[in-house]
Amino acid sequence: MLTETAPHFRQPLLKTPFHERQREYSQLDSYVPWAGYSTFDVFTNVEQEYFSVRNASSLYDLTPMVKYRVSGPDALRFLNRLVTRDMGKLSPGKVAYTVWCDDAGKIIDDGTVFCLAANDYRVCTAERQLDWFEASAIGYDVEIREITEEVAALAVQGPISAKLLRGVGIAGIERLKPFEHGEFSMPRAGGGPTVTLMVSRTGFTGDLGYELWMQPQDAEAVWDALMEFGRTRAVRPIGSKALNMVRIEAGFILPKVDFVSAAHTLYLGTERSPIELGLSWLIDYKKGHFTGRRALLQEVARGPRRQLVGLDIEGTKPAYNALLYTEASGRREAGSVTSAIWSPTCKRNLALAMVDAPFIATGSTLWAEVYLNRELVWERRMVRARVVDRPFFAPARRRTTPPADF
Amino acid sequence: MNATYDAIVVGGGHNGLVCATFLARGGKRVLVLEAADHVGGAAATREFAPGFRVSACAHLLHLMPPGLVQELGLEKHGLKLAARSLPTVALDEAGAHLSYEPGNLEGLARTSPKDAAALSDWYAFLQRASRALHPVLSATPPRLGTDAWRDRLKLLSIGFGIRRLGRKDMRELLRIGAMPVHDLLEERFESPLLKGALALDAVLGTNLGPRSPGTLVSLLYRAAASQGSEVLSLPEGGLGALSDALARAATSAGVEVRTGAPVARILVREDRVCGVALASGEQVSAATVVSNADPKTTFLALLGAEHLDAGFTRRVTQVRTRGFTAKLHLALDRLPQFSGLAEAALRGRLLVAPSSDYIERAYNHAKYGEFSEQPMLEVTIPTLADPALAPSGKHVMSVIVQYAPYAVKGGWEVQREPFTERILATLGRYAPQLRAAVSATQLLTPPDIEREFRINGGHWHHAELTLDQFMMVRPVPGAAQYQTPVPGLYLCGAGCHPGGGVMGLAGRNAARQVIREAA
Repeated sequence: MLTETAPHFRQPLLKTPFHERQREYSQLDSYVPWAGYSTFDVFTNVEQEYFSVRNASSLYDLTPMVKYRVSGPDALRFLNRLVTRDMGKLSPGKVAYTVWCDDAGKIIDDGTVFCLAANDYRVCTAERQLDWFEASAIGYDVEIREITEEVAALAVQGPISAKLLRGVGIAGIERLKPFEHGEFSMPRAGGGPTVTLMVSRTGFTGDLGYELWMQPQDAEAVWDALMEFGRTRAVRPIGSKALNMVRIEAGFILPKVDFVSAAHTLYLGTERSPIELGLSWLIDYKKGHFTGRRALLQEVARGPRRQLVGLDIEGTKPAYNALLYTEASGRREAGSVTSAIWSPTCKRNLALAMVDAPFIATGSTLWAEVYLNRELVWERRMVRARVVDRPFFAPARRRTTPPADF
Repeated sequence: MNATYDAIVVGGGHNGLVCATFLARGGKRVLVLEAADHVGGAAATREFAPGFRVSACAHLLHLMPPGLVQELGLEKHGLKLAARSLPTVALDEAGAHLSYEPGNLEGLARTSPKDAAALSDWYAFLQRASRALHPVLSATPPRLGTDAWRDRLKLLSIGFGIRRLGRKDMRELLRIGAMPVHDLLEERFESPLLKGALALDAVLGTNLGPRSPGTLVSLLYRAAASQGSEVLSLPEGGLGALSDALARAATSAGVEVRTGAPVARILVREDRVCGVALASGEQVSAATVVSNADPKTTFLALLGAEHLDAGFTRRVTQVRTRGFTAKLHLALDRLPQFSGLAEAALRGRLLVAPSSDYIERAYNHAKYGEFSEQPMLEVTIPTLADPALAPSGKHVMSVIVQYAPYAVKGGWEVQREPFTERILATLGRYAPQLRAAVSATQLLTPPDIEREFRINGGHWHHAELTLDQFMMVRPVPGAAQYQTPVPGLYLCGAGCHPGGGVMGLAGRNAARQVIREAA
C-alpha cells in the first residue's frame, strides 16, 4: 500500500506503487516532488522519452494526481455549482475537462470529472481541493472523500498505445472513444485472478492515449505486462520533462506555470480567469448559477484585459520567460511567455504567453526578448513572435476510433 | 402569480416595517409578509401567564433615534410612552444602591462626587463623539477597495467627521475605539457599582465580557444611535405597542401587511429575484425582495446556496450568530421589596452587576458553555408605569439575563430549571421576599428566541455586534450595503449595518438603498 508506516518526518515524500519498477529504468536518479510524492522528471534523456510519446508509446506515472470521490443525492448539483461546465451533460462512462473559479471568477484549479454513475463522480485535480470543495458543499447533501492513495494511475500515451493495451490482453480497448472511460480486465502473468482496471481515453499529450486507474496492489503487475510487451516496441517510461514538451505542443496549460491558482496568489491582479486563459469554451453561462458566474459575465461585458495565446517564435532558441514587446525597440511591453519549447515534431519554436488584449488576435506580431548563452557569453536578441492558433500539434489519431493498428 | 407589488419585505420586525414604510413613501407598492400572527418580531408584547403580558425580548426603548420616531409619525400612529427618562439603579447587596440618569447626576454627586464629575465628562464626550458617529450609522457603509467616487467620498466624510471632533477628542476616540470597556472604566471611575453598570451597558446582548477587547464599541454604538443622549423609555403596552405603531405607520403609507404568512423560499429566475413562495405554497411576485430575516436564514434557508458563490456562502456561515442572552419573565402577586430601595426607585432600570469583575466572572462560565452561576441582570417592572400589563394589583418583572450560552452544556431541556433557580437566587440576594410573590415564570433561552422569533442562533442583534462584524463587514462583504449578490434581493434586518437593538436605522438605510438603485 502507499501509506508508509514510517512517520511523515522520516518520509516527507511518499513513493507511488510504480516507484520501485520505475527506478529500474532510471539512469539518472532524478526526482521531483509532486503533490507529496517523489516522481521522476527524466529517466534517460528528455528527447528519447519525448519521441516515445510521439512515435511509439510511453508510460507516465500519474498516481500523485489528487483524486476525490464525490457522491450523494446532491453530487450533480454540487458539481454544477462548483465547475464552469454543465455536468448535467456528463453521462456515466464520460469524462470532462473543466475548471473551477473563486467568487471573483478567477481559476482555483483545473481537472477532470469522471461520471461513474448517477450522482457518483471522481474528480482529478492538480492541487488538493478539500477546503474549497467543502466550502462549496455547504447547503448540499454530498460526500467528498479523497482517494488519492487508494488509486494508482498510469498514463499510456502515443500512437501505438491501443496496440500496447490490446497486447497485454485488455480486450475491447479500441472501442473506447475520446473522453470515455470503462471497466476492463487484464490477465495476470502466471495466472491468478485477472486485474480489473478503469481505463479512460484521456491524457495530457494531445496524442492517442489512455489513462489506467487501478488498485495499488495491481500496479506492478500492470507495469510489468506493459513493459514486457513494449520492450521490443520502443515503449519507455517518461518523466515530467518530456511530458512538459508534449503538453505544450498540445496547447495544454499547467498550474504554477501558465497560471497561479487564485487560492495561492499573494499579489493582487495575478489571478487568472478562464477567459484570460483562453478557456471560454469551458464556461456554460446557461446552466444556472455557479461560483464566479456573475464575475465572469462582468468580465465578458468589460472585455478581456489579457489572454493566453500560442506563439511561433523566430529562431530555435526557446523563449523561456521572455518578455514580449510591441516593437523590436523594446519600449512597450505587451506580455510575457509562460511556457516555451523547441518542438521536435512541429519543427517550430513554440511558446504559450499571456498577452495584453490589443495583441491577442491570431496573426499579431510581437517581439520576444531572448537571451542566448554562448559558453557564458550572454547575448540579448529581439526576435519576432507571431500569435498562432492552438493546439500546435493535433494529429487526427488522437480522436480516431478505433485507433490504427500498427 | 400576481404582479401587484414592487417590493416584498420578508418579515415584519421593526426594521422590516420601517423599511416598508419608507419604500412605500418612495412610491413603491409594498407587501410585508410576517410569519407570526403579530408584527414586530422580537419587539413584541406577549402574554406569558394568564393575564400577564410583557415585552418578549428588548424591554426598553432607547436606541431609536428621535428623528426617526418623528419622521415615521409614531406618536400620531398611537405610540405612547408610559415612562420616559428611567433612572438606572445599580443594586448593591448591602443596600448602598447607586442611582443615576444621564440628565440628573445629583444623587450620584452626593455619594461619589468624583464619579459624578467623571460621568458627566464621559456623557459630554459621548455627545460630542456621536456627532461624528451618528451619521455613520445613518448611511449605507462604504465599500472598501473600490474605485467608486461614492465609496471614497463616504470614507472621507467619516474621517472628516472624526477629525472635526478636534485633536483631543479625535485622539481619545481612536485610542479607546477598540478597547476593553473594563480598562476605560478603570481609568475614569471609582465606584465598583458605577463601573459595573456601565460595563453592563457595554456587554448587554453580546458574547463578550468587560475585559474583552472591542467592548467599548457597544457604548459608542448606543451613544451614536441616540445621538449622545440615551433616554430609557417604556412604551405603553410594551415594545409590541411600538411595533403596532410602526405597522400603522406602514399601513397609512400604503403598505399591505400580512401576518401568519411565513415565507418558505425566495424565488429566483434567470439570476434575478422574482418573488417569494409562502409555506402555504402560494407565490407572490415582485422584482425586489427585502429580507428582514437574519443573514443565515435569508441566504441559506430562504434563498439557498445554489444562487450564491461558494466563498460568499462560507462567509455567511462564519458570521457569529449564537446568542448568549436570556430573558426571564416573572408574574408577581405583589410588588417585591428590594432591601434599601424605596418603592419609587423600582420604576427605574435595576441592574445586578455590582462590579465589572462580577460580570467578567459571570462571563467566564459562558466561555466554556456553562450558564453563569451568578448572572448579570437588567430588571424592569413595567407594571409600575403601565399597570394594564398585569391583572389589577399584580406586577410583571422583566429580566434580561447574561450569560446563557446558546449551546449550553447538557442542553437547555436539562438546564432550564437550574438556571431559573440561579436567577431567582441571585435576585433573592437583593429582594429576599421576591420568590414568595412569584406566581409564574417564563425563561426564554437563546434556542427559545431562535424558535419563537425565527432568528438563527437566537442572537438579539442577529449577529454579534463587534468590530469584525461592523459597518462594511456586516454581515459579510458582498452584502454589507443592503444589496446582495443576487440582483433584486436586499437585507434590512439587524444583521446588517448599523445593527441590532430596537433602532430602525437598518430598515431606513436599506429602503434608501433600494430606492437609489431603482432610480
